[in-house]
Amino acid sequence: MNDTNSVVSIKDVKKAFGKNVVLDGINLEVSRGQVVVICGRSGSGKSTLLRCIDQLESIDSGEIRAAGHLMGFKEFNTKLVPLKDAAIAKQQRDIGMVFQNFNLFPHVSVLENIMLAPMKILKRKKSEVENEALALLERVGLPDKKNAYPRQLSGGQQQRIAIARALAMKPKLMLFDEPTSALDPEMISEVLDVMIDLSKAGMTMIVVTHEMGFARAAADRVILMHDAKIVEDAAPRDFFEKPRSEHTRLFLSKILQH
Amino acid sequence: MSWSWPYFFDYMNNGLMLRGVWVTIWLSIISMTIGLGLGIFAALMKMYGNPAVRFISEFYIWLFRGTPILIQLVIIYTGLPQLGIRFNVIESCILGLALNEGAYLAEIIRSGIMSVDKGQEDASRAVGMNWRERMWLVILPQATRTIIPPLGNQFNGMLKTTSLCSVISMQELMRSAQMIAQIEFRVLEAYCIAALWYLLLVSIWGLIQTRIEAHYEKPFGSQEAVSNSEK
Repeated sequence: MNDTNSVVSIKDVKKAFGKNVVLDGINLEVSRGQVVVICGRSGSGKSTLLRCIDQLESIDSGEIRAAGHLMGFKEFNTKLVPLKDAAIAKQQRDIGMVFQNFNLFPHVSVLENIMLAPMKILKRKKSEVENEALALLERVGLPDKKNAYPRQLSGGQQQRIAIARALAMKPKLMLFDEPTSALDPEMISEVLDVMIDLSKAGMTMIVVTHEMGFARAAADRVILMHDAKIVEDAAPRDFFEKPRSEHTRLFLSKILQH
Repeated sequence: MSWSWPYFFDYMNNGLMLRGVWVTIWLSIISMTIGLGLGIFAALMKMYGNPAVRFISEFYIWLFRGTPILIQLVIIYTGLPQLGIRFNVIESCILGLALNEGAYLAEIIRSGIMSVDKGQEDASRAVGMNWRERMWLVILPQATRTIIPPLGNQFNGMLKTTSLCSVISMQELMRSAQMIAQIEFRVLEAYCIAALWYLLLVSIWGLIQTRIEAHYEKPFGSQEAVSNSEK
């Protein structure tokens, strides 16, 4: 927390949906520029952890510091006071999030998808935002799609636009929630390539994915979640070659079998 | 007295009749616009308000959907003065029509908002939009696509419902026809002309509605249709 290089600092976070515990005492530190891959079978809590970091879900206890904010709360006389919607929205501007189902805004063009938030939320000048948006389109390899509507694009293209839309807010942290799980196999690499470029450019990233190839190529650390807990947190080489947890060995044997 | 074509054609461009047509048009547009505002407000109150706010919205919708518009108009214009609350004819008509319309539109708008994919809420929050921004920039513009067809239907109804205002002496199309019919007792000719005007107004609106629908459908059209229209 005192480490100025820390972009994410999660302390003893717990969350349950009713009786179903989805996060059971999560601790996690991510430094600037690190790429952390989280894997685990479905229901292990990995997506919920991402959604809690970005305050799309609230937590029951513990604290999350991300991109310089105490997410969802403010400190007042050593007490934590829950923030209102508008204040949470301001914190969320510094964190980009990419979803499994892309969730592009279907009623506006690709360019407007990217420009909407910087223009309407940050009230920045249109010409300036447009230049940045065009540069982002170039970066994700889709400059000729600026006037298309999301429906006209393939899944892989939509996800690359979703990444550009998130980057337009100049986030300090990017969260990816199974970004390639909804894609046809031949489109997965075009999205992963953009993510690898992003990691090389120094972006701090937390990626929930089952793409072990990406983990090997771009991750600094690989984490396995099992039953609402983090059971393995290691460098990729150690994660794949000498995992400490029994759960990791089991997970790897299932994933790498075929 | 049999059907008379000369009277029929004479009533067609009778000044009184044309004035009635004009009143019907602006009365419909103003009432619909105010009703739309009320409807959006009531829908948002019902969906996102605390229990007290939600109750107010639900009570309003229940009251104005549960009583005849004719009674609402008569109470506003002739009943309320008893309590010292006075509205002139035009104010009473707009108030009655808008309040009634708002109650119906509230439910239409609510279903439109509910039709928007839940992921849109996630995505708009993730880029840092607060509730207002999410509503006005992302949710409502997408709900519009679902809302427009029933909304057009409501405006079609509104054009004709304004005829009830004749009861409280508003000089719209229906009242004009009544007045003309009384001059020479050419009742059939006068009301047929009025009916034709309503048909014409509704038909013109139908054309406008088709264009509005096409506009909001454009981003959702088939891939080919959209890319062709962009060339």
